[in-house]
Amino acid sequence: MSLLEAKRLEKHYGDQVVLERLNFRVEPGEFVTLVGASGCGKTTFLKMLLGTERSSKGELLLDGKPIPNEPGPDRGVVFQKYSVFPHLTVLGNVMFAEEMRHSRLFGKAFGGTRRAAADKARERIAEVGLDHALDKYPHELSGGMQQRLAIAQALMMKPRILLLDEPFGALDPGIRVDMHELVTRLWQEQQLTIFMITHDLKEAFALGTRLWVFDKLRHDPQAPQAYGATITYDLPIDARQRQEGVPATFAESGIKTLTQETLL
Amino acid sequence: MKRMINLAPSRGGRWLLGLLPFLIIAMVYFSLSSARLAENPNDRLLPAPATMADTFWSMASEENVRTGQILLWADTLSSLERLLAGVAISALIGLTIGIINGGVPMLRAKLSPLVTVLSLIPPMAILPILFIAFGTGEMAKIALIVIGITPFLIRDLQGEALRLPDEQLIKAQTLGGNSWQILCRVLLPQLTPRLLASTRLALGSAWLFLIAAEAIAAQEGLGYRIFLVRRYLSMDVILPYVAWITLLAFLLDQALAWTSRLAFPWYHANEGDKS
Repeated sequence: MSLLEAKRLEKHYGDQVVLERLNFRVEPGEFVTLVGASGCGKTTFLKMLLGTERSSKGELLLDGKPIPNEPGPDRGVVFQKYSVFPHLTVLGNVMFAEEMRHSRLFGKAFGGTRRAAADKARERIAEVGLDHALDKYPHELSGGMQQRLAIAQALMMKPRILLLDEPFGALDPGIRVDMHELVTRLWQEQQLTIFMITHDLKEAFALGTRLWVFDKLRHDPQAPQAYGATITYDLPIDARQRQEGVPATFAESGIKTLTQETLL
Repeated sequence: MKRMINLAPSRGGRWLLGLLPFLIIAMVYFSLSSARLAENPNDRLLPAPATMADTFWSMASEENVRTGQILLWADTLSSLERLLAGVAISALIGLTIGIINGGVPMLRAKLSPLVTVLSLIPPMAILPILFIAFGTGEMAKIALIVIGITPFLIRDLQGEALRLPDEQLIKAQTLGGNSWQILCRVLLPQLTPRLLASTRLALGSAWLFLIAAEAIAAQEGLGYRIFLVRRYLSMDVILPYVAWITLLAFLLDQALAWTSRLAFPWYHANEGDKS
């Protein structure tokens, strides 16, 4: 059984069709990168995985069962912004998940439980290289450090699926490379299944094992909202292609889409 | 020449500039007062600063012949008690209902319209009802303050709760939080500094309701004293009392601001000018 499966999945907002004809299977351990023009429904799709948006038609199955329609601990998330709690320090942010688990009443751990949670959190924080900033608040961190923190925080929960919504969109190119290494390492170490939205095709190729291009197959100029986007290309990326880079792979697959022109 | 919006005074200069309007007001008062007193030494309307200081000092140091109390401190104590009790109760109710309204849509649907309507009732208009219901004791005065400022606090905190990015609530859920935990650990700590800020704004109204209630029915209190001595045209008591009330209000306001900056540094991270 696949980890995640969609059958003729659709999403409408009133008359507007955002996504249509989504059919896919995703196995555990895949790293799916999602690209596509702005406003084509990638984020909506991620929200459906997250459980904050419901599908309008079709099925979206997690382990063969309909995906819960609210966020849960099995699906972690890192947004582009607002991903960490501004009122907690680095340590507090990462401990959050552990505290939720141990103190059902107040969500605040004390004494030995607290020390154990803090120790666990410190390990995670060290993994993302923030161990020098344990007591800093998010507003004192740079954008890249905040995203590292958000990743460490999400991984505390040991989610099966990690959803990344343009997590590095606001970062400098140099920092992005560091973040790529970090994500790749954590993905391998923790055997996560990752869905990542990105606007950067290079990033999509460098990180993913599978690339999805979201685009509209049909377009009605009189009624632009009549048709939605779907996964137009579902490309497996192997290590060789990752090295050769983007243009070669595209040439090989013979892709020519609006999206490609927008993105490249 | 720099643009006007880029010109800022130095630290010392800012103090001097801030002091300037006060000095001008004082000078205007002195000249008017001495002009009137030169014409009629018994004038009561604009007493000389020395007279006011004398009166204030005697009120702050001499025991009242009839009650054996020192008037200023007795008045201050009872007024502050009422004010702080009223504000504390309001803050507690405001925070609780604000969080519930902001965080739980099912409860917001029930309570929010009620709060909006209640906040539109002019509190002074129901003061008679309070006097009838609670008598003319402390209860009615505290209740007036509570009724006066709680709806404002609730609405402000509810708004702030709704302005928190959805991302935070989603994130907390993916980290395993249940509704109660999220209210306690995400909403409560983020609304507390906002509560301090809106309480600062509500203090002005709180003083207004306190003085109004004291003016109508009380045995002691700052507002009571002012309205009592009005009968004798005792401006030498009224003016220092007003200044004293202003000072108390200022200190309370600053204490809240200071507490907030100390306890919630992250909340003040994005403030521009710290002056």
